[in-house]
Amino acid sequence: MANSFLEASARERVQAVCDEGSFQEILKPSDRISSPHMALLEQPVAFDDGVVIGRATLGGAPVLVAAQEGEFLGGAIGEVHGAKMTALIAKAVKEKPRAVLLIFESGGVRLHEANAGLIAVSEIMRAVCAARAQGIQFIGLIGGAAGCFGGTGLIARCCDVLIMSEEGRLAMSGPEVIETVYGVEEFDSRDRALVWRVSGGKHRYVMGDIQALVADEVNAFRNAALAALDSGKVGFDLENLETEHAMLTQRLKQFGDCRDAKEIWQRLGLPSAEELALMPADEFVRATSVARDVARGAQ
Amino acid sequence: MSMTNTAWRQGQQSKAARLGRASHLVGGNSGKVVKAEQTVALLESVIQPGDRVCLEGNNQKQADFLAQCLAKVNPQQVHDLHLLQSVVALPEHTALFDKGIAKEIDFSFSGPQGARLANLVAAGKIKINAIHTYLELFGRYFVDLTPNVALIAAEAADAQGNLYTGPNTEDTPAIVEAAAFKNGIVIVQVNEIRDTLPRVDVPADWVDFVIHAPRPNYIEPLFTRDPAQISEIQVLMAMMVIKGIYAEYGVKRLNHGIGFDTAAIELLLPTYGEQLGLKGKICTNWALNPHPALIPAIEAGFVQSVHSFGSELGMEKYIAARPDVFFTGNDGSMRSNRAFCQAAGHYACDLFIGSTLQIDTYGNSSTATKGRIAGFGGAPNMGADARGRRHESEAWVKAGREAQANPKHMPRGRKLVVQMVETFREHMAPAFVERLDAWDLADSMGLNNPPVMIFGDDVTHIVTEEGIANLLLCRSEEEREQAIRGVAGYTEVGMARDKKKVEELRARGVIKRAEDLGIARRDATRDLLAAKTVKDLVRASGGLYNPPSRFRNW
Amino acid sequence: MSMEQLKYNLPSKIQQTNRDAVLVGVTASGNCEVLLEKGEDTAHCSVDIQTSARGFGQIWQAVLNDFAERKNAGGLKIEIHDVGATPAVVSLRLDQAIEAWENQHGQ
Repeated sequence: MANSFLEASARERVQAVCDEGSFQEILKPSDRISSPHMALLEQPVAFDDGVVIGRATLGGAPVLVAAQEGEFLGGAIGEVHGAKMTALIAKAVKEKPRAVLLIFESGGVRLHEANAGLIAVSEIMRAVCAARAQGIQFIGLIGGAAGCFGGTGLIARCCDVLIMSEEGRLAMSGPEVIETVYGVEEFDSRDRALVWRVSGGKHRYVMGDIQALVADEVNAFRNAALAALDSGKVGFDLENLETEHAMLTQRLKQFGDCRDAKEIWQRLGLPSAEELALMPADEFVRATSVARDVARGAQ
Repeated sequence: MSMTNTAWRQGQQSKAARLGRASHLVGGNSGKVVKAEQTVALLESVIQPGDRVCLEGNNQKQADFLAQCLAKVNPQQVHDLHLLQSVVALPEHTALFDKGIAKEIDFSFSGPQGARLANLVAAGKIKINAIHTYLELFGRYFVDLTPNVALIAAEAADAQGNLYTGPNTEDTPAIVEAAAFKNGIVIVQVNEIRDTLPRVDVPADWVDFVIHAPRPNYIEPLFTRDPAQISEIQVLMAMMVIKGIYAEYGVKRLNHGIGFDTAAIELLLPTYGEQLGLKGKICTNWALNPHPALIPAIEAGFVQSVHSFGSELGMEKYIAARPDVFFTGNDGSMRSNRAFCQAAGHYACDLFIGSTLQIDTYGNSSTATKGRIAGFGGAPNMGADARGRRHESEAWVKAGREAQANPKHMPRGRKLVVQMVETFREHMAPAFVERLDAWDLADSMGLNNPPVMIFGDDVTHIVTEEGIANLLLCRSEEEREQAIRGVAGYTEVGMARDKKKVEELRARGVIKRAEDLGIARRDATRDLLAAKTVKDLVRASGGLYNPPSRFRNW
Repeated sequence: MSMEQLKYNLPSKIQQTNRDAVLVGVTASGNCEVLLEKGEDTAHCSVDIQTSARGFGQIWQAVLNDFAERKNAGGLKIEIHDVGATPAVVSLRLDQAIEAWENQHGQ
């Protein structure tokens, strides 16, 4: 199987991250729970509507897992795709697994399905919050080519722990949207270096939006997920919320006038953007640990 | 006193007159420097109607400022020019015909301007005299197409007018030699004027006018292929080539036509090639542009030497750090030379491999398509048997033996010419056709014969995802046709195969499937690539490779 | 863009059928997803295709004929969602599906 997380399909990622052979799919492809909307529009459908869900173990501990297939319609969330995720998370409240693993790769709402997709996103967010309120840990993995954007970006930030590779991207508004609304002077969506500087895993790590940065290897993601599981961290209380708000206030205070991540890194006294870009994940984590604390207002 | 018979010195007199008309425009120590803003005036002074003008449009380097200025001359004064050009690359090149500044052209290749060219031909605004392969065109600069004026690009000039052309020397030596030694005028745009040059690529007395252009000359990155786009099927084909051809014939000296297929081969050498114990036995000496995809093979010790036609944007530091491999000057930077590299590719290489758009049942291939006039570039030169060759090598002798049908005939060696193509291209367009589009294009291009890139009788092997067809072992036209159909997959050409004949050919080893080579499809994964992303290539180079921004996400 | 529906029934040597359904590939441009399940008729493999690339029925027939000949697919049912995959990719997916089917625990 491919070692690269980026190149692996959703199904391959589930097999590689969870304990070997432990995955049991819920709502199998042969059940043919696919999108009625795409069929009506005479567009190609996927047997699983682009998301695979089920039960597995991670380090022997029972988990529920969902993985989005970024190659099917950019992993975008439609009605059925969304309902599968919501139902899985609702199941977590009943079955109380150690954690829910969400492997994100999605551009957000599936435009073909419009409001159904939008509603699905909010239902998933509500379900995540409800489950976390019951003490269930949510671990998100982001490292696919389509990134984690739009409504899916919002869902991701509802997780307790987020693990990314530098190839992964996490944001709400997509680059093209920002350019369309604010103009190319403000944000040139074809400047790929800019896009990754602003929404890529490395910047997200420095800003404190994610908890772990790993190499583009399925093993590295698995190990980080195991470590997250061990910490058992569930931060769904008022104290945590206030800490997050404080972090955001600090961020605005320190960097509100910055126009590019490069400026932020400069202010934090980090090495040059070029140097940071070429650092493997573990070296990057070491090189930025102090700056990261400053950025999060933890210093 | 010898007769100063003016009939024999017309070239010298013409040159003197042209220089005289421009004398008020020059300055500087060398008396050759012309201000950028006076370039149009210069061109109007020295170029005469009907002149043969060689405008340096190389594969990569473009004398773009000079092209822009030429497009601004007064067509009343400068018109009916005969353009000589390796590559028609810029909109300014085709604009010359729109404006009536130029009327005819001899060239080799046109990339993005292919459609414009076709339109100009249809509108009767351009006469294409001939389309050449590069070495052919250079050769004609010394026979019947000597330039009156050469407009070239260089990195830098010194105060005397010596030029440094650096890694992207490319076609400049061939152009300048022809012009300078036949009373031609040589005008150069440089990126800078310096006190001293790292080295002298063109001596000052071959240069007439030096212009410090407002912007550095444009260089197109043409030979960079992102490993992320290589598919599993291309990996499979690359494995077949390495095991079924390179290892089989002991191919040490070769040229790769650019493409994702050949990039896959380059990236499989340090992994699959290593597994097969082939280091030092294949792919040691190359006539090749500095492909970033070759970096892992170089680092792994597969590659002993690379001579290049041109450079490649972003590779400069890496090349300079590997002078054992690349042809570099005492100054440390590479010197490419398209003319010499083409000669090397023709005579000193045992194999050429490349891809194409269409192949017919004779093995003829063409990239000519309706609505575009793309030309040939360097491929016909490499992808042709070198009949003048005499020195022997293992691969050359073996191929020659395989081709020899009648033992009574004089034995001769044979260059391996391999066409590598997936049976279907994008949008399910078949690569194999009964009749090349080229037949229908001869007329619209003003040619007697269809524009063929590589002729079937030069092709020795065809590689597709279905296997390898060894045409050397075919003993009749019919066998050859079935061998080709036998690897043409599910295209109409492939489906029209005589199944029984194809089975016989397979039994004889004329056709080899992946399984016959001991290659399992399940092993053909992207994991076998020594680098899977551009960043991997940068890391493999120790940070020396500096990809252009379009290939980066950092 | 409307999809073309194609249906084939191919004679093939019998395959083990006590296996779970297998899915390979993804519904994406240049690719296809292939669902392999237990079928009705032990002497045949039934194939249902939904494709966005219209007009290639003959090629599908040829590809599937060769597949049914080189692999044991009798007693199986295949459903494909295709978005313009080349015959090379389709053949690869079919072979991958059979391999995954055969390699399930209990083989």
